[in-house]
Amino acid sequence: MAPSNTSLNRRSFLQASALAGGGLMLGFNWLAGCKPSAPGMPKSWTDVNAYLKIAENGIVTILSPNPEIGQNVKTSMPMIVAEELDVDWKNVVVEQAPLDTDKYRRQLAGGSQSIRQGWNSLRTAGATARQMLLTAAATRLEVPASELTTSNGTITHKASGRELSYGEVVSDAAQLDVPSDVPLKNPKDFTIIGTSRKNVDAKKIVTGEPLYGLDFKRDGMRIAMIEHAPAFGMRLKSLDAKAALAMPGIHDVFTIDATPAESNWSMVNAFPEKVVVIGDTTWQTLKAKRALKLEWEPAEKLEGSAGQMQSMADLIADNAREPRRVDGDPDAAFRSAKTVIERTYTAPLLAHNTLEPMNFFANVTADRAELIGPVQTPEELQKVVAQSLGMTKEQVTVEMTRMGGGFGRRLYGNFGLEAALISKKVGGPIKLVYTREDDMTQGTYRPAYRATYRAGLDENNKLVAFHVRAAGISSGPVFEDRFPAGAVDNYLAENFGLRSNVSTGAWRAPRSNFIAGAEQAFIDEVAEVAGIDPIEFRLALFERAMRSPVGGDYDYDAARYAGVLKLVREKSGWGEERPGVYRGVAAYYCHNSYVAQVVDVVIEDRKPVIDKVWCAVDCGIVVNPDAARNQVEGGTIDGIGHSMYSALTITDGKPDQANFDRYRLIRNSEAPRAIETHFVDNGIDPTGLGEPALPPVSAALANALAKATGKRLYDQPFVGNEEYFRVLEPTG
Amino acid sequence: MPVYNLRVNGHRHEVDVDADTPILWVLREHLDLVGTKFGCGIAQCGACTVHLDGTAIRSCSFPVSAVGDKQITTIEGLSKNGSHALQKAWLELDVPQCGYCQAGQIMNAAALLARNPNPTDDEITEAMDGNLCRCGTYLRIRAAIKKAAEEA
Repeated sequence: MAPSNTSLNRRSFLQASALAGGGLMLGFNWLAGCKPSAPGMPKSWTDVNAYLKIAENGIVTILSPNPEIGQNVKTSMPMIVAEELDVDWKNVVVEQAPLDTDKYRRQLAGGSQSIRQGWNSLRTAGATARQMLLTAAATRLEVPASELTTSNGTITHKASGRELSYGEVVSDAAQLDVPSDVPLKNPKDFTIIGTSRKNVDAKKIVTGEPLYGLDFKRDGMRIAMIEHAPAFGMRLKSLDAKAALAMPGIHDVFTIDATPAESNWSMVNAFPEKVVVIGDTTWQTLKAKRALKLEWEPAEKLEGSAGQMQSMADLIADNAREPRRVDGDPDAAFRSAKTVIERTYTAPLLAHNTLEPMNFFANVTADRAELIGPVQTPEELQKVVAQSLGMTKEQVTVEMTRMGGGFGRRLYGNFGLEAALISKKVGGPIKLVYTREDDMTQGTYRPAYRATYRAGLDENNKLVAFHVRAAGISSGPVFEDRFPAGAVDNYLAENFGLRSNVSTGAWRAPRSNFIAGAEQAFIDEVAEVAGIDPIEFRLALFERAMRSPVGGDYDYDAARYAGVLKLVREKSGWGEERPGVYRGVAAYYCHNSYVAQVVDVVIEDRKPVIDKVWCAVDCGIVVNPDAARNQVEGGTIDGIGHSMYSALTITDGKPDQANFDRYRLIRNSEAPRAIETHFVDNGIDPTGLGEPALPPVSAALANALAKATGKRLYDQPFVGNEEYFRVLEPTG
Repeated sequence: MPVYNLRVNGHRHEVDVDADTPILWVLREHLDLVGTKFGCGIAQCGACTVHLDGTAIRSCSFPVSAVGDKQITTIEGLSKNGSHALQKAWLELDVPQCGYCQAGQIMNAAALLARNPNPTDDEITEAMDGNLCRCGTYLRIRAAIKKAAEEA
């Protein structure tokens, strides 16, 4: 076992205590944003928000401040602890405080960051507990600790053949001081991390047990449904609830203004004014909602998607400069370049469309607000609700349920505030339920984007100038320090935001979800013009960034970037010609991870079919490979689906799509026939995985389709280019 | 409101609801069977799939008044303790991510295997094409159906 560094100060980080009924409790701090005071923790533990318990029966329990949100954290956390502690991972269980406690607050970092942030603390807690058990066993056996080995929850003294189980020495261990500088395992010696373990919640999912926000129920609870303006920029003119109120099971109809008392980033919401219907059951309430007679009137400009796209084109065409990064002299370089290539890429608004629509439970009384539901930012919601109800934060509790999808939508908890305001008005417990239409038409969309790229090649077809000028609704998509920054002598990145009353927000892999596809399709076309293999073309740029970087810091690791390209080249057999198979490649870096993909397209019945996607991923150490592959497959299908099929368009302020009859999501038959994923094995601490597989795949697909047709696609969704697919037939 | 005598997962239940109430809401709010999910309300996503005498239907758009004496089966009644070949295959291949659509996927797949015990790849994708999965677990869904068909 070789020591490995951790960035944590173990003295303040770990605290030990004896368990009342025998055993050891080791407290540690996991996510910095989480507050202490879990149930059963000694009061003197001030910097602790998670703990590890080892009972005399050998069962290890982790109390976690982070609930399961679908990224399988509840499975991978025990694996990490079990690895360092040398126990069977099945004897490690994750415990979460019950929903009704008002002491314990759960806090969630972004899904991609859970393992990244927990890595060191979970490992150190496991290793420290193991060291304490060893020390206790050494005393009991009267041998040096160095002569002892551990395996599967048992301590062995090989020379004398004596064995002790963890449970036998755990109460002795609890009396010891917490050691510092305990060595962690060398990743080469891992036996659990890096092996596939099943999702511990899957059984509940496949048997239909209640898990999600919408499944929550409380005696006496009423259903609340809402109606918001049908168009961005409209407000309520008149409300006639007579017919609705006369319907069976309907108790009340009123309006709320859910504008937060203080502005808060997590409250993005285009329609704070809502008409609310209160009923006994969802169906009765839904029928009454439909019976409302509502008149709306314009209060602001009623925008349209075509106009928004034109406004972004105007911003890009305008002479005004918005430089975010300038290296060299781009203007001069473009003037002297032998070849200049310019292309423009666009993408529409997208809805999140979590399959579980927004919903929240609230029970507000005179001195307390209890909120339960699917939200990713409970601390923000608590703060906003406290401000809006005139309560202290201590009077407001927010508990999280499992979430039927997030994709960024549940970072914005406006529905939680709405539930609180409705409950206050009703004077009792309510569950707010959005219909799909409410959910899809209320905004918080992925912004529509437009990006114009220019590349300048010299007489040797070397890339000497690069310029991206892009715009997005609210804010632009450019990351100025990402590739190819640092790899091109003359580089200019510009970014524009278009003001709009259509609300936008974070959507899986924000900004990257568009700009990766645009950039990687453009690079592919530039390589084609230069007559260089697209992988070789990129590798030469990474080589340049490593060897003699241009300008200030760039924010990627060129060697790791090149590494995933080389891996996907090897695994996919890139360069081997196969008749009827058209291949495209792309690579991108985001959320601290690197992904390269090759898409294989075949043409069947004059339609493109994605035969296979090859993925090479560098996210550092992979804790649970099969679950990690599942995330990569999902991100790949999500990226293909949205670039190929999905769009949310607006006409006169009104979304043209309100449900899945008009909003197209990728279906089973449209997903690739196969996805093969390979991970780079490099022993680096783990990084994000929930998002990085999505951004590049749209370019790999577009590049493959360009090979199949000889024509390129620039506007998403790709199926919107009807002419393109009409003429599609094999060129080979 | 009329009273309906329903047969659900082998048990009889009397419910007093409006005639146009979709089965989905009867299951979820009157019988506390919440495994059947609300996704779209217009029979476009498949999250609410249940069986009516063994045939897969979209319970969000099927009124209780049209059930009659037909047997309703939900995910909770598909098997005892998750022992259906599909449920086992789903666990074996670790299919779910967020999990919200999976009960509907399994119920739809169960109806497929009941009428076609050895479906081809194309028959599987065709049968499953009406069940949306926002997380993109489609490949594992196909593989789990294949596996269940082979092992059933």
